[in-house]
Amino acid sequence: MTQAITARFQLEYGEFQLAVDLSLPGSGVTVLFGHSGSGKTSLLRCIAGLQKAQQGFLQINGQVWQDSQQDIFLSTHQRSLGYVFQEANLFPHLTVSDNLQFGLKRVVKAISNPVDLQHIVELLGIEHLLQRMPSSLSGGERQRVAIARAVALTPEVLLMDEPLASLDYKRKQEILPFLGRLHQELNIPVLYVTHSQQEVAQLADHLVILEAGRMLASGPALETISRLDVPMAQDRDASTVWQVEVLEHETEYHLTRVRFDGGELSLPMLESQMGTVLRLQIYARDVSIALTAPIDTSILNVLPATITDLSFERNGQSVVKLQVGQLSLLAHITRKSALMLKLQTGMAVFAQIKGTSILN
Amino acid sequence: MLSPADIDTLLLTFKVASIATILMLLFGTPLAWWLARTHSAWKGVINAIVAMPLVLPPTVLGFYLLVLLGPAGVIGRFTQWLGVGTLPFTFAGLVVASVLYSMPFVVQPLQASFTAIGEQPLEAAATLRASPLDTFFSVVMPLAKPGFLTASILGFAHTVGEFGVVLMVGGNIPDKTRVVSVQIYNHVEALEYTEAHWLAGGLLLFSFTVLLVLYTGLKTSPVAHQLK
Repeated sequence: MTQAITARFQLEYGEFQLAVDLSLPGSGVTVLFGHSGSGKTSLLRCIAGLQKAQQGFLQINGQVWQDSQQDIFLSTHQRSLGYVFQEANLFPHLTVSDNLQFGLKRVVKAISNPVDLQHIVELLGIEHLLQRMPSSLSGGERQRVAIARAVALTPEVLLMDEPLASLDYKRKQEILPFLGRLHQELNIPVLYVTHSQQEVAQLADHLVILEAGRMLASGPALETISRLDVPMAQDRDASTVWQVEVLEHETEYHLTRVRFDGGELSLPMLESQMGTVLRLQIYARDVSIALTAPIDTSILNVLPATITDLSFERNGQSVVKLQVGQLSLLAHITRKSALMLKLQTGMAVFAQIKGTSILN
Repeated sequence: MLSPADIDTLLLTFKVASIATILMLLFGTPLAWWLARTHSAWKGVINAIVAMPLVLPPTVLGFYLLVLLGPAGVIGRFTQWLGVGTLPFTFAGLVVASVLYSMPFVVQPLQASFTAIGEQPLEAAATLRASPLDTFFSVVMPLAKPGFLTASILGFAHTVGEFGVVLMVGGNIPDKTRVVSVQIYNHVEALEYTEAHWLAGGLLLFSFTVLLVLYTGLKTSPVAHQLK
């Protein structure tokens, strides 16, 4: 793969150590997930050159940005990147328009094609803000401007450090669709740092899970989310994400049938057209397990499944990983139920799905 | 009223203060920037040296300058070697002494406003392809404008108000080193109280106006636009 990112860093300060060796796809959204202190932001800052790892090698799309063995270290301003900070970090003395122009004026291989900027401005819905000063914008508006400012450079890679963390739920929902659109329309690989599972489920194509400065897992997002050995599966909000295709609408029941790799599901009526591909999030707490096919149940989605993994947590809970068709599914059930049903790896069971949510 | 000699001292004072302020901004800006950014062990030492004129009797500073700049001093020998003679009791010597004496009044406000800007705008600028020098002119200077204003006003006003260092290094030479504060001293020595009143009252008014502008006019701006 020529269009790819290789990042190896060793960094130490105080108690904290970062030691990672990553190979990431050169397209789509790669989410760097971890709790605070996991080193995800340090990793992003090393990639940006804002922080210098004592030992490091970084290659982006064939260009070497750092190689400590050859004493190569490009300063941040020499790297073709876009960076979106947790706080929008707009220049307070410049208008929105001048903020957007700041980087464009300095890009060497300028695409500075005004149509492109116009397009980005429209995509992020900030046309009406161009003449305003940053201090008069809401948090969500500021963050949209910051994203536009970074994207406008058409960098080799777009780095985003918890861009939604400082916003409330409503503002998040205001920005997430824009991120989705950006990702579809612009072919810039994105490295996205977050500690929110919701954002992982919604945005990630590739997922890297970090803990205490080390990489726990790295792989295609849909597979990695549900791996039992990664702490995400044990979180209260653990979930699985499935890709599904809309089959038909059952208008009399106000339901929509969708197909996944290995079966079908009924969902509350969707507005999407037939054939649309959607991401469906299924929370582990919404999945229960039965040993025989329940005949008299109100739950519509009962799927034959095989237990592929099982773990008991200290809090009286157990996490069950199921295989349904070609996909995996996580279930959180009580330890008592797991013991009473004598669940074991390899058992054929039925998974009952109480609820789902559509991500895009 | 003001005599022609008084007016000459006023003009000379203005000239010294203007040149000294420009020099202090030129040298003080990089120094303040370094002090605001460095983690070097020397930071404390340099900070202390810059702040010394705040606590030293002006005569002490003047005395050492006189020795250093004089014919037998290290700097004096150097200036003689350069062929420009010695600096004490010249206009240039007066300017050099003023720069050293008023430097903390320029460096400290600049350092404070550079520190207040913080790391974030600099990092944002770097990710937008601005080199460190470019960032200084396009981001730091506009954001530190209140600091530059305060530094210029304080540096200028403090130079106008100096006396001890001037007398030690500059002496009392009409049109060369005789500034307002020295002229007031001359008037008082000669018991010309009316003439002294005009100049002293003028300085009083000047100082009050400057401080009033600083505390009311600029109060709203020192790094008022915090980063969002």
